[in-house]
Amino acid sequence: MNNPQLDIDGNLRHLLSIEGLPKRILNQILDTAESFVGVAEREVKKVPLLRGKTVCNLFFENSTRTRTTFEIAAKRLSADVISLNVNTSSQSKGETILDTVDNLIAMHADMFVVRHSQSGAAHFIAKHVPDHIHVVNAGDGRHSHPTQGLLDVFTIRKFKPDLHNLRVAIIGDVLHSRVARSEIHALTTLGVPEVRVIAPKTLLPAHVEKLGVHVFHDMKAGLKDVDVVMMLRLQNERMNGALLPSAQEYFKTYGLTQEKLDLAKPDAIVLHPGPMNRGVEIDSSVADGNQSVILPQVTYGIAVRMAVMAILSGGQSHFCHSSGVQV
Amino acid sequence: MTISDIKLPNAEQLLITLAQQLRPLLQPNTALVGIQSGGVWLMQRLLVILANDIASNSIEHGTLDVSFYRDDYAKRGLKSENRPSQIPFDVEKKHIILIDDVFYTGRTTRAAMNELFDYGRPASITLVALVNRGGRELPIAPQIVGTDMQLKADQNLQLVQQADGTLSLELQPTTANTTHV
Repeated sequence: MNNPQLDIDGNLRHLLSIEGLPKRILNQILDTAESFVGVAEREVKKVPLLRGKTVCNLFFENSTRTRTTFEIAAKRLSADVISLNVNTSSQSKGETILDTVDNLIAMHADMFVVRHSQSGAAHFIAKHVPDHIHVVNAGDGRHSHPTQGLLDVFTIRKFKPDLHNLRVAIIGDVLHSRVARSEIHALTTLGVPEVRVIAPKTLLPAHVEKLGVHVFHDMKAGLKDVDVVMMLRLQNERMNGALLPSAQEYFKTYGLTQEKLDLAKPDAIVLHPGPMNRGVEIDSSVADGNQSVILPQVTYGIAVRMAVMAILSGGQSHFCHSSGVQV
Repeated sequence: MTISDIKLPNAEQLLITLAQQLRPLLQPNTALVGIQSGGVWLMQRLLVILANDIASNSIEHGTLDVSFYRDDYAKRGLKSENRPSQIPFDVEKKHIILIDDVFYTGRTTRAAMNELFDYGRPASITLVALVNRGGRELPIAPQIVGTDMQLKADQNLQLVQQADGTLSLELQPTTANTTHV
């Protein structure tokens, strides 16, 4: 098996996508995150695991929440963090991705957190770096956003501990959503018996049912008796094309209102990866309502990202550290 | 001497010895902290044996999993099973009684002390161990012990919890994967 995410002993080496990761690894990340939740409630919100390590946030695409939570997570692990907004740096002067990476390796970076608008960017960097350097995908194109998928299932597990007894609905722009893909893989790998996707035909990838999900186009039918409602962000730029008539029209059919949410189980929880378009995919009263766990998602996101970086960074007995820096 | 030749002390008897030595330390403003996992089992038994003293001084307790503070993390990484540390009281100005099962190199104690200080500044820390097996590598030693014994580096002494909650000591051959700090 040639899985670039795992080393020869089956330990996590890079986190590039949820697809291809065994249940064992997903549970290891979630259980470790459980221990990190408590760290934020202490007098000193830091543990010394990544002391002396340098984490580079390489964001080739804009993001505030993801970059900030990765930065906080690395700092709470005692790492030194450099966040590069590559749009405004040497990339705009024509430097290639790998040249940027090589320069940072020459500065003794130990881990890269990568966001890029092209699918496969993190994978590309992971294949290039020497053995002792780890890569975390923080979102690549339409492909994958594994830490978001993990923090979503972590949040679900916190509120609904028995994953084997859940009905989950994912609603919105599944076609363009790396978050949806990561959520679906995480949920099905961890044994959630029924995952539904609810979206208009124009916002669903072809053959989406092959991922093991039930497809609904009618939101009212899809929401019936679900335990978890996972909303997706509708990206405004999609509105301009032929995919959707208008934001108002979309809200009428696929926007989450309290009235529609009442079709789900009475104790159903609502998630959203952010940033929210209030009045487009979700009504403000639902986003701020007592079934919403949108802000706990953000808090748990830090613990999950700490767990990922802590697991990646520790235990390197099998790789001799090739100090040969390629510059 | 092979492993089967060594006569191991009875953990349940040592527990009674420990409880007797601990009793005078149980004053107001004292708190018990067990180190996962053997230290937590010990603490749970001590909470029952010393229930009256603990109740009359309203003594609080918590647990530590020192995985995030171990000095061999870079080499060994994180264990797949780790439990959240739970210190449900204010550590500041408390007299902490830190409980571990087997005291060996002192590295676990160092990690535990580092973690405790991230919760606050205790008034004092007293280290309690069921067995001091010799072989310390740091200037740290338990003040209260059930018994002392000398073991070789390749002998791995472990506290085991039986299904009925009673405790016993077992010697296991050290394997390459065994961590003991």
